[in-house]
Amino acid sequence: MIALLRRDLMLAFRAGGGFGLGLAFFLIVTVLVPFSVGPQSELLSTIAPGVLWLGALLACLLSLDRLLALDFEDGTLDLLATAPLPLEAALSVKALSHWLTTGLPLVLAAPVLGLMLNLAPSGFMWLIASLALGTPALSVIGTFGAALTVGIKRGGLLMSLLVLPLYVPTLIFGAEAARRGAMGLDPGTPLTLLAGITLGTIALMPFASAAVLRMTLR
Amino acid sequence: MTLSIQNLAVARGGVPVLGNVSFAIAPGQALILRGPNGAGKTTLLRTIAGLQKPLSGVIEGADETIAYAGHADGLKAMLSVAENLQFWAQVFGHSDIEAALAAYQLGPLIDRLAGTLSAGQKRRLGLARLMVTGRRVWVLDEPTVSLDADAVAMFAAAVTAHLGAGGMALIATHIDLGLNAQTFDITPYRATADTRSGASDEAFL
Amino acid sequence: MSLWEYANPVKFLGLSARVQPYLWAAAAICVVVGLTWGFFATPDDYRQGSTVKIIYLHVPAALMAINAWFMMLVTSLIWLIRRHHVSALAAKAAAPVGLTMTLIALVTGAIWGQPMWGTWWAWDPRLTSFLILFLFYLGYIALWEAVEDPDTAADLTSVLCLVGSVFAILSRYAVNFWNQGLHQGTSVPVATGGRTVADVFWYPLLISMVGFGLLFLSLVLYRTGTEIRLRRTRALLARSRKDV
Repeated sequence: MIALLRRDLMLAFRAGGGFGLGLAFFLIVTVLVPFSVGPQSELLSTIAPGVLWLGALLACLLSLDRLLALDFEDGTLDLLATAPLPLEAALSVKALSHWLTTGLPLVLAAPVLGLMLNLAPSGFMWLIASLALGTPALSVIGTFGAALTVGIKRGGLLMSLLVLPLYVPTLIFGAEAARRGAMGLDPGTPLTLLAGITLGTIALMPFASAAVLRMTLR
Repeated sequence: MTLSIQNLAVARGGVPVLGNVSFAIAPGQALILRGPNGAGKTTLLRTIAGLQKPLSGVIEGADETIAYAGHADGLKAMLSVAENLQFWAQVFGHSDIEAALAAYQLGPLIDRLAGTLSAGQKRRLGLARLMVTGRRVWVLDEPTVSLDADAVAMFAAAVTAHLGAGGMALIATHIDLGLNAQTFDITPYRATADTRSGASDEAFL
Repeated sequence: MSLWEYANPVKFLGLSARVQPYLWAAAAICVVVGLTWGFFATPDDYRQGSTVKIIYLHVPAALMAINAWFMMLVTSLIWLIRRHHVSALAAKAAAPVGLTMTLIALVTGAIWGQPMWGTWWAWDPRLTSFLILFLFYLGYIALWEAVEDPDTAADLTSVLCLVGSVFAILSRYAVNFWNQGLHQGTSVPVATGGRTVADVFWYPLLISMVGFGLLFLSLVLYRTGTEIRLRRTRALLARSRKDV
């Protein structure tokens, strides 16, 4: 499992691995927002938590179609399926490496972008907390979407269609926690619910992902 | 431990292709699968490797013993030869890749990225992967594609050594590897009306 | 004699052909009677005026939109557990009907909401949940269309339906949490057994709901039959090609 994680991380960091792509996308989306809604700092301050959450979500989505598709094309998935490592574990590791290369950098970059969007000072901590708690769920749910569409030619667009509705609860609770934090309210409830979703998906989604991947490989 | 196949029927895309296939491979033995293109060799091998379910029949001795090599080598272009091999060795719980590198003369290429290898070199690396799995049964689908004569000889030597150590091999190939092995022609086992039961679309007929 | 006998496509087609004429007739009668009664023979609401009459379309469609997904969930489970093709195909057949029902509920809701709330759309929990349901239907249908092998497609869509159901319920609660809404309480609170609609409105509404249910059943039976024949044609084609 550690070997797989190390390999995935190594691949992501080497040329063409796509590390940083999600981060750059996140940056661009955030920078485009003031262009589209206007530069009033009041307005930006109000929408900042939501914009940052949506940007992080889309950045996560962007790198998902590479998550399994490359391994499918070069036969690695077939070989992994015959390896002693259970497919559930392999997919959990894949989701973890996706989070480490996409989710975690987004969490770390969010405060900087928060500054640019004039996020209220009280909101920074809760923004980071909600993203740190929520992005793992995005990776795990996304792995399920990637496994569903891996055998389909040009499945990327279809995957977005399938994954985005599944992201709704995570987005609602995550953005709500960040918003309440920024407004100086207590973000405890949405944050707890978000943590519940994340833990639940980490525990259960790999089984669904492995099941659909076996169906596709068959 | 013998690998034994009894009355196996396999399907490709829900349509039965082979029926009533039975054979056994004992330790130290190899079996060469033959048959025209599209006869179902790949489907049969994938079924035995556990990548798809048989329509009917029994596969014994295949649990956690099979190393499968298909048309794709599962190599990462941006990893070096050693890193590719080490990864598969670790997945199978081993760490020694020296023997595999030596058998396929990959030593000089050890630091090259797999993406810069020629097709034949990639294939050699893909076959070397079998040796680091430590699995007893090699299930190989057209392993000699894009190999030159020298490389085929390396492959034959590796298989012979594997068999000598009590391993088994099931190989679908068209060329003569010079192995001391039985051949098994799957042509007569093409699915017929009698052996086709169990197909997924059967209920609709 | 077990119910599972009808999991055989041929038997299913036979039964379905026998009951369908009655079902269609019953559906037509109920829908026509319910809607005519509702539209022309009920008094206007003292607050909502005649706009209230759209309830006879809105509520049955919303009801069937949810029930269609529920039916797909059950048939998907049956496919995954017992691998009856008819079950998977019934789920496939129900999806576009459910999608249409969801769309009707959303559109009639917007038409009703405009005079009542002064807006075509509001991010009210009920409306939003239906919109999410609509997206789930779209994704489910798109996945069926995208996978070439029909059995794999059935497998994948079944798992999607299962996972989607869990997330749909989660979304429902998330949306409730996110925004308390404008939408009135349910017209037909099943759990409490009571109802918030007066008798004069209730009977035509009940008939409409039964009518929509029958209509849904007829459409699904008809569409499942089509899917079965399609699979049968494909199976026969595949066989004949192999024998050449």
